[in-house]
Amino acid sequence: MSSNSTSLKELFLNGIIKENTIFKLALSLCPSIAVTNNLKNGIFMGLAVLFVQTMVNITISLMRKVIQPKVRLPIFMLVISGWVTITQMMMAAFVPDVYAKVGLYIALIVAFASILARAEMFASKNSIMPSMADGLGMGVGFLFALTAISFFRELVGKGTLTLPTGLATQHVFTFVNTKPLLIMVLPAGGFLAVGILMAAFNWLDTKYMKKASHGTH
Amino acid sequence: MAEIKKEHELIVTVSPHIKSEESTSRIMWSVNIALLPAAVMGAYFFGPRAVLAIALCIISALLSEYIYQKALNKKVSINDGSAFLTGLLLGMNLPASVPFYIPVVGSFVAVIITKQLFGGLGYNVFNPALIGRAFLLISFPKLMTIWTKPEAAFVQFDAKTTATPLGILKEEGLSKLIEVFGDKMNLYMELLKGHRAGSIGETSAIALIIGAAFLFYRGYITWHIPVSFLGTAAVMAWIFGAKGALFAGDPVIHLLSGGMLLGAFFMATDYVTCPSVKKGQILFGIGCGFLTMLIRLKGGFPEGVMFAILIMNCFAPLIDRGFKSKVFGALKETKAKEIKK
Repeated sequence: MSSNSTSLKELFLNGIIKENTIFKLALSLCPSIAVTNNLKNGIFMGLAVLFVQTMVNITISLMRKVIQPKVRLPIFMLVISGWVTITQMMMAAFVPDVYAKVGLYIALIVAFASILARAEMFASKNSIMPSMADGLGMGVGFLFALTAISFFRELVGKGTLTLPTGLATQHVFTFVNTKPLLIMVLPAGGFLAVGILMAAFNWLDTKYMKKASHGTH
Repeated sequence: MAEIKKEHELIVTVSPHIKSEESTSRIMWSVNIALLPAAVMGAYFFGPRAVLAIALCIISALLSEYIYQKALNKKVSINDGSAFLTGLLLGMNLPASVPFYIPVVGSFVAVIITKQLFGGLGYNVFNPALIGRAFLLISFPKLMTIWTKPEAAFVQFDAKTTATPLGILKEEGLSKLIEVFGDKMNLYMELLKGHRAGSIGETSAIALIIGAAFLFYRGYITWHIPVSFLGTAAVMAWIFGAKGALFAGDPVIHLLSGGMLLGAFFMATDYVTCPSVKKGQILFGIGCGFLTMLIRLKGGFPEGVMFAILIMNCFAPLIDRGFKSKVFGALKETKAKEIKK
């Protein structure tokens, strides 16, 4: 299988760049618009998905030889919802203020196409190490996308940055005496931000990846 | 093509053989000229800040277009007047008191996000100037609704602020509006002249009508959209305009205030974003008028022209599909099926 031909590093990078859930596959756009008007919420949402994706991939990979192919999808769903419930409870216990805002979307991770797709397409056919690398890569790619979107939206839309420690920076635009673009923290701005960053990501990707592939091959 | 210039030589080409002087840039510049009277009246009433705001809008619209087209190695088309028109329209839709970064942001959004990212002139779904204004209104709700009192004095910088006629109408009712302007006749006259608070270029009804008459004369706009737009709005204002009683509203106030005339003559008629079939244009105008009055009478904003036109812009392709003319000689679908059998 592919585990022999591709290295773990390549598997890991695949999820971040070539198959980035949000910027390349355009999946899971609902949380990427709904929770990203605040850097802290965005980062925690990304971490939750990173955790669930990795753990689901490991679990499915471990169980791949005992799962009956006919009932594999219900089993995948059970595994995913199990890990999502664990994440949900952990967040409710340790970061209750974030959970109050993004809790609904944490529960929705169950329905993420990307997580089920990786379980079905990758983890159920590969051994643990490649599956873990793949899960980590997809998760980190998602975390990166959500961080970028929420960083951009909060900075432009409110002029502040709420760090994961809960500390918010000062209004950064005060020195030029301008008001922030309020629309960016509203839902409409979410679409604009995702679109702009998606375009930027793909532009950079085509620019540098072409060079890289010319160099190696 | 060089051979077209040698007029007296024999030209062998495929049709069309009759060529018109008209071109996109000629139409665009004519619309710019038609907007000039209203812009001048705005400058007269709101002073140098209004001139600066419009100038900044135009300059940043042209610059945005230039930079985008240079960056993407496209042909630079800032001379065709369309970016100039977008800037001018956006400037005329701003209050005179806006801080100077607002026109720059608005023009950027209008030209780059609304027009160029969709493929440039001719491919945009929405009217660029209106999207620019909607973006600004939602981003800076306070700054975009500070209305300067028109003073007709060219050397004033600290202007007094006041409410627009529509704002007064919405918050305090018709009697208060008449009280502010003296009597009803005076109110009509002031609205016609444009001596009232509002966006820079929307206030002077008479100047807008002169500009629109020029466009009608040149044949660049047809009656379909403006008449159905204004007609629907007038009927709705007449029926539902008064509180508590049907058929007692005052359509004239509604037609002359807000951005109604500017919208109906210059923005709803934008070639790119309105339906191209005439019957469809009437439906488009009715929709615009209906939504405008719905927002004015029932919505949260005092003015609804901008949102009404933007919403109807979405429907333009659908309207075109519904009203497209029959292809000559083509069979009806059912008949064609019968023949196939």
